Amino acid sequence: MAEPGTLTGPTRVVPPSGGGPEPAGRTPGVLGAYRALLGAQARSQAAYRASFLVDLFGNVGATVFDVVTVLVLFGVTRELGGFTLHETLVIVGLSSFAFAAADLLVGNIERLPRYVRTGLFDAVLVRPLAALPQLLLMDLPLRKVSRVVFGLGVLVASVGSAGIHWTAGRVALVVVAPLAGLVFFGSVFVTTATVSFYWIDSGELANSVTYGGRDFTSYPVTVYGGWFRALFAYGLGFAFVSYHPALALLGRADPLGLPGWVGWVAPGVALVAAAIAALAWRVGIRHYRSTGS
Amino acid sequence: MSVIEMSGLRKEFTVRVKAGRLRREKRTVTAVDGIDLRVERGEMLGYIGPNGAGKSTTLKMLTGVLMPSPGEARVCGLRPVAERTRLAMRIGVVFGQRSQLWWDLPLRDSFELLRHVYRVPAGEHGARLARCRGLLDLDEFLDTPVRQLSLGQRMRGELTAALLHGPEVLFLDEPTIGLDVVSKQAVRGFLAELGRAGDTTLVLTTHDLADIERLCHRLVVIDHGRVVHDGSIAALHSRYGSRRMVVAELDAALPRPPELPGAPLQRVEADGHRLVFALESATVAEVVAGLAGLATLRDIAIVEPDIEEVVARLYRMTAEAGGATVTGAP
Ligand SMILES: Nc1ncnc2c1ncn2[C@@H]1O[C@H](COP(=O)(O)OP(=O)(O)OP(=O)(O)O)[C@@H](O)[C@H]1O
Ligand SMILES: [Mg+2]
Repeated sequence: MAEPGTLTGPTRVVPPSGGGPEPAGRTPGVLGAYRALLGAQARSQAAYRASFLVDLFGNVGATVFDVVTVLVLFGVTRELGGFTLHETLVIVGLSSFAFAAADLLVGNIERLPRYVRTGLFDAVLVRPLAALPQLLLMDLPLRKVSRVVFGLGVLVASVGSAGIHWTAGRVALVVVAPLAGLVFFGSVFVTTATVSFYWIDSGELANSVTYGGRDFTSYPVTVYGGWFRALFAYGLGFAFVSYHPALALLGRADPLGLPGWVGWVAPGVALVAAAIAALAWRVGIRHYRSTGS
Repeated sequence: MSVIEMSGLRKEFTVRVKAGRLRREKRTVTAVDGIDLRVERGEMLGYIGPNGAGKSTTLKMLTGVLMPSPGEARVCGLRPVAERTRLAMRIGVVFGQRSQLWWDLPLRDSFELLRHVYRVPAGEHGARLARCRGLLDLDEFLDTPVRQLSLGQRMRGELTAALLHGPEVLFLDEPTIGLDVVSKQAVRGFLAELGRAGDTTLVLTTHDLADIERLCHRLVVIDHGRVVHDGSIAALHSRYGSRRMVVAELDAALPRPPELPGAPLQRVEADGHRLVFALESATVAEVVAGLAGLATLRDIAIVEPDIEEVVARLYRMTAEAGGATVTGAP
């Protein structure tokens, strides 16, 4: 038991002074930390390799179902809310990819109540990294990659076969809109999850917004009516995920009368959603109460 | 500047309790009720109290997990919630009921991951890990997935995990809970070693008072969220009148309980073959002499004041006083 100082003391990382800026060159360190967390999650899931492979393919199911539903509907009707099959599939493609990608990257935040109960949330809070990215990376459901691939496939196929008149603006939009949709759905996941900081059994409410939103964005908003459309399309903003960008891509006027430029600014709504989510998370974490034991 | 400062620290929880069949009432639980405390660099502080006293809640506020409501805390000069990630670099935390380790990965991998999380240079990290491996006997299970570790093995892993970034302050909430005697000794020995180096501040919560006796010079007892004692263990004994005991083994039981001046009889055990006296004003010699006149003595033992007993007495006293009136430090 020689040299008892080795554990601490001379080898301390952080200077003992309270203030002062973080040392320069800290940033790559932070990224390295997140990368390490992601690697750990991949290795943890590899520990259950057989079930991982089953999940990987089993998981495509729900996403395929969305597309099949649309195809079945068009078996009995020629138009859906005034839109043809090819036009509707563009909407489906935007929605499927955005939701699948957000679900992969952010969706597990709906397990926040479990993180609280198991103490993972406390553990994450005493580490020198932001809490939200840690939770997302530590529980990233890699098996959901297959859905993203499928969603991307639907998007590419539908956009390719819809007879879009390509301009530089539309090329930009077809790249930006799915990513904005991802950010939008991710923000919805985070915002609804923060309700459980105050009310632990809020899961059903959160699900009805997120999954309700996904279903909503899979069809032209014209098929819905009344207060329901008003609430989901413009109250919660889901019309800006797939409907309006699809109109702009297809060069169609909005049957409901909104001006054409709405489709081009629709991605901006995702930034508003992200700002709201960030605020909700910050406020929520200050109301976090941990558990009694 | 003190390493830890708390002033008027409080935490209230609003809980909903069933009142009648459908109605639910809001009720406020005051878990921590105005704590003022300073801890200096290098101190080893035992922070104890009965179940529900508010120990874990205090530690959670000091580590940035919970927001005080209201009151203020500073650790290493930082506000725990507002400057949480900066503080995290400088403290180590073990919540006995929680884990910092990666369940499905070998213990070794968790340590490597924490090196990245805390951005510790590989050399430093390796040196500290080597030292913990030696002191805590980690080698045997370093390659075992954490989910397969026994509680004691995992706890030794947790302690290591909390120390690999060289924290200035270590918060340990029941680090010896559920450990067997050998593991407890390993953990205590390790912490004693850490304390001897003198520059790590330790705040330790436990229900095993032997941890405190072995490690902590300063003892803070809280109850109902308030400090009811702050001082050394010796101060606690003298304040609550702990006495040394004389245990006398007799060849044969006495017909009547003996009365010795200055040494009241506390207990009669083993069918009257064992008598326990408390030493008040009498000396050991006087007790022995007094007994020798009455019976044949087989054995005499002197028992030092028992920390369990004095703490139990303190808990009972504060419970009777409603936890509110017993305050002040010696
Ligand atoms: N998240 C919470 N929500 C509601 N009440 C809580 C919560 N956490 C703690 N409490 C209450 O606050 C009080 C103090 O709890 P705390 O966990 O700090 O006690 P403790 O001293 O650590 O007890 P123990 O020795 O049993 O671990 C208790 O009455 C507890 O019920
Ligand atoms: Mg506790």
